[in-house]
Formats: sequence, structure tokens, C-alpha cells
Amino acid sequence: MKYATIKKEDLNRWLQHLQKRARLYAPKKKENLFIFRPVKDVNEITLKYIPTILPPKKYYFPQKEKLLKFTLKPFKTAKAIKEFEEYILFAVHTCDIAGIQCMDVVFRDSPEDPNYLNRKDKMTIIGIECLEYCDKFANCTSMGNHVPRGGYDLMMVDLGEKFILHINSEKGEKLIHGLDYIKEADEKDMLSLERAREAKKKVFKEEFNASLPVVYEAFDKRFNSDVWKDVGRRCVACGNCTTVCPTCYCFDVMDEMGLSFNEGMRYRIWNSCQMDDFAKVAGGEDFRKGRDTRQRHRYYRKFKYPVDKFNRYFCTGCGRCTRACMAEINLVETVNALLAEKGEQK
Amino acid sequence: MIDREILLEKMKTSPYKPMRGKIMESRMLTEKEKFFRIELEGKINLGHEPGQFVMVSIFGYAEAPISICSSPTDKGYFDLTVRNVGVFTDKLHKLGRGDIVGIRGPFGKGFPVDRMFGYDLVIVAGGLGIVPLRSLIRYVTYNKNDFGHVQILIGCKTPKEFLFQEETKEWMKRAEIKLNCTVDKADPEWKGNVGLITTLIPGVDIFPARTYGVVVGPPIMYRFVIRELLNKNIPEHQIIVSLERRMRCGLGKCGHCQVEGLYICQSGPVFDYSQLKNFKGECHEKAA
Repeated sequence: MKYATIKKEDLNRWLQHLQKRARLYAPKKKENLFIFRPVKDVNEITLKYIPTILPPKKYYFPQKEKLLKFTLKPFKTAKAIKEFEEYILFAVHTCDIAGIQCMDVVFRDSPEDPNYLNRKDKMTIIGIECLEYCDKFANCTSMGNHVPRGGYDLMMVDLGEKFILHINSEKGEKLIHGLDYIKEADEKDMLSLERAREAKKKVFKEEFNASLPVVYEAFDKRFNSDVWKDVGRRCVACGNCTTVCPTCYCFDVMDEMGLSFNEGMRYRIWNSCQMDDFAKVAGGEDFRKGRDTRQRHRYYRKFKYPVDKFNRYFCTGCGRCTRACMAEINLVETVNALLAEKGEQK
Repeated sequence: MIDREILLEKMKTSPYKPMRGKIMESRMLTEKEKFFRIELEGKINLGHEPGQFVMVSIFGYAEAPISICSSPTDKGYFDLTVRNVGVFTDKLHKLGRGDIVGIRGPFGKGFPVDRMFGYDLVIVAGGLGIVPLRSLIRYVTYNKNDFGHVQILIGCKTPKEFLFQEETKEWMKRAEIKLNCTVDKADPEWKGNVGLITTLIPGVDIFPARTYGVVVGPPIMYRFVIRELLNKNIPEHQIIVSLERRMRCGLGKCGHCQVEGLYICQSGPVFDYSQLKNFKGECHEKAA
């Protein structure tokens, strides 16, 4: 059984079943926005949501994560976390799944990061495919993340009265196994899925004025473009864009001492390349002093450097950086402005 | 995708866990720089390349990247020399013989000594640049049969900031080494050259095709020294530099040491100029 279906009225039953299997995280409304939260009551879950304030990255790359415990006398260090907990991320958009794939590539790259790998190992992803745009800020179509491209255990698509589930792993299969209200998909269901995807093609259009290879080329040629100076002039260096980005993973390391001042914990905490001391060294030299150079760095870390290194764009198209920007710096507008520039500014 | 078995094995160990390092010896070299000799648990060798760095932990104060200033041929211990510039280094300066620090590493790529065999060397050290270069100089003097002529140019602001003065005198005594020093500003006792380090370069006599130029110093120095070395016709890939960045992890993840597409902690800190010149604007060490 590669595809299954579940009636909408049975969804809460299934969610209660999932709750018993592992810790369940799902999107929930918070004022006029949405957040991923541990599910207490399945009725709180919302399936129609614009990308959450923070991506689910907070569960596999926590804001403040224990790295090490230590004692000073006698000098001893040990891994801080012995057991990682099984968890299910429910109703994850395809853009955020692409974000998880990007993080996988980074943290699997040698030398591997065991904290991330351990959390990833315990993760089950149940995705949901968007059939319409969340809002005007997304650029998922240009990035090719408006449709599922692997990286999940189950993928749900809304077919009106029911959801069709794509079973993409053994882990996913186990979550629906033996439940009489989840049925194998028949030909009619498959046809409806095909129709939904066809209809989607009319809604989702590339947001950039050129295809990705052309965008890459623009980045390659226009490192010293005025576009960066303009973005830098507007940027207030608050770091919102990097905090909400599903593929930003820069961190700082800090220690906290216990009350005895003999034992303590070493943490890694999220850090942002937009902060003014991010690339400063002991001698006082700051290698990205201007906000323009820091914003440019952020963009290049999405559209150029990871493409060279991993053949993967690190913009998922979720639109969070644009939504969260206090200075109204818009990613689609910035990329299109760069595309509109003529010639080379290497 | 990588093999799951290998992955599971790697998940058991943590690259963030430091080794125990005991300070065996420490002394002030100048007003601001302190020298430390460190022994790892079980007297194991660090096994580094000249030019690599370690992450030094003082628990409660976090961690900082420090370049190793001893040669891998110095067995059973390694040396660090640290300038007091901030909270972490101030605390490190307060430590002495018998104190324990955490050590991770060595990290990065060191000086390409295997490629430098059979070549003459021009080593240019500005200010603290002599610290990582001491690892190379000690390596070269230990393996002296493998290298040609070695010319060392050392520059610093004032005679008071001159590091490793006693050792420098010993290097000067060696037949295969020619050493020249200069200070930006002399004091009454100083009898050597006065002026920027670039003024020493036109005077060095080299056969460019068989010479490696190795430069370490503050960013501003690179721009001018590299130009002088290029003027001497040393090929770009034979001009070696080491870049200073403030690494937090050493594993190519945390992002602090990134210069354009490269993480200095993994791809560097040592580069040759043919790599450096491809940087577009974030590498302040690129020649003017």
C-alpha cells in the first residue's frame, strides 16, 4: 500500500492514536499567526495555516541546546543528553520539509554533528501539501518546494472529504498500520490526487523573474551590486530574518555555571550573522562590518555558497524572512532587483 | 545518504567533548603575551600539522581558537602563546602551572610542509604572526635537511613586543637561516632596522620558482606583503597565508569563521594566494 486515505471525520481519532505513539508537535493558532506546539488537545490543531512564526527547526536544532556537562574539580566532561525522545512533526509544509533536508546535508557533512543526528533519528515527519498559496510572501514555486520531493514519512493531501496519504517510509507505514479507518487508496482517489495537482499548476507560478540557474548566475556576477547597498541601508540588523529561517543554523557556544560554581553546562545557542560582532576577531578586525555586507552574506548563504558546496539552494521559499522583516526587506523583490541589474559587478 | 551503521557509531561520540590539558609551564613573554606549555592526558601527542589550531576551553568562560606555536616534532606537549585581549584571554592569563584547560582539535589545514620540501622559504611574520609561524620554523629547523635556504623576516610595533627573543637569537646562529627584524618604532636600546616589514622584502635574494613565501600577520600587512612577494615573481600558489577568524565550533558549522563560501576552520586557516584572490570582498587579507 503506497497510498492510503482517511476521512476527515476520522482525523482526530488518528491524531489521538499518534499522540500515544510519540510526542506530537503540530501547528496551532496564536493570535493572528501560527506556531508549532506540543499537542495537548487534538482539537487545537489547525491544518490551514501560513508558515509558523518559527519553523519546526526549534525541535531538531533547539534555540538553546545542551552540548556538554562539566565539573571543574575534579576536571570531568560528559555528553549532556543521554536519551533523545521519539517525536512526530505533524502537518509540516513542503517548504519546511525542504528546510529539514538542507539541515540534514549540513549536519551530516563530515565532521558530523551528533546532537542533530540523534534528534533527526527520532523524528517522524507527517507533511501536508499546500493546494493554494499561504500568502503573497512565499516563493516556494521558484524554489521547487511547492510540491513534495521526499524527506517525509507520510504526506497528506486534502481531497475534499478525505485526505490521501502518501506512505514514504516504514516509519510512516507503522503509524497507519492496523487502523480500520485508514483504507488503501483506490483508482478514484488517485485520479482526484492527479486532478488536485493539475489544478495546482494553475495557481502556483514562479515568483522570481527567471529560473534558478539564472538567479544563481546573477548572484555569481553581482557580488558588488547596488542592490546590497540598498538592502543594507534599510536593514536594522535585528536578526529576525535568520531566526525564522528554516535553513539558518549559525550558533554560539556558551557556558552556564551551577550554584556550586563547580559544575555547569555548555550550551549552543542560535546566533545570527546579522549581529554586528558576528565576524569580529580578537584583534578587532570585523570582516563583515556593514549591514549591507551582512545582508549580502545571508542571501549568498541561500543562493550561492550552498549551491557550490551541496548543489542545493538553502532558500526554501517559505517567505518567513520577508514576513518577519521590520524594514520590509522583501526576498522576492531583492532577487528580482538583482536579476534586473545589467552586466557584472564582481 | 551515508551508511546508517557508520552514522550510528558517530552519534555515540561528541566532537564537542574536550580532552584534558594540563599546563606544565607558563611565563609572560611580553607585557601582553603569555606562553603556555600543555600536556594532554597520558602525555599523548596532539599530532598536529604546523599552522593548525586548537579550541581551548576554560569551563565557565566558553572556548576560543588558539594557534599552536610548537612543532609536531616537539613530543609529549604542545605550546600556545596568547595575547590578553578580552574576557577569555584574561582568564587564561590568570592560569598557570598545574591548572587544567579543555582542548579540542587540532583543527583545519596547516602549512603545506609536504609541498614545501626542497624549496627555499621566505617567512614573513608581523606582530602575533610569529606565533603560528614558530610551529613552522621549529618544524623546519628540526627537518633542516629537507628544506633549502630559510629567510625569516620579523616585524613588530616596538622592541617591547618582540616575541621569542631568546629563541630568535638561536635561530640566527644557524647557518641555513637568515633572519632580519624590524620595528615600527624603536627605543634607545634597539639596534636593528626601523620601518615597516615591507621595507625588508626588496632586499631578500630569492630564486622565485623554487621559493615559498609564508606570511602571517594582521590583515593590513598581508595586502602589502603579498604585493611585494608577487613583485618578486613568486608564483601565486607558493605564497602561503594564514587567516585569523573567531571560530566557535571548529567543525565547519557555527558560521562565525565563514569567508564567502568557505569555513576557515575546515578549509583553512592556511591558504595559498591563488585561493585567496578568488575571494570577492570579504577577505581583508587580499592584496591591495
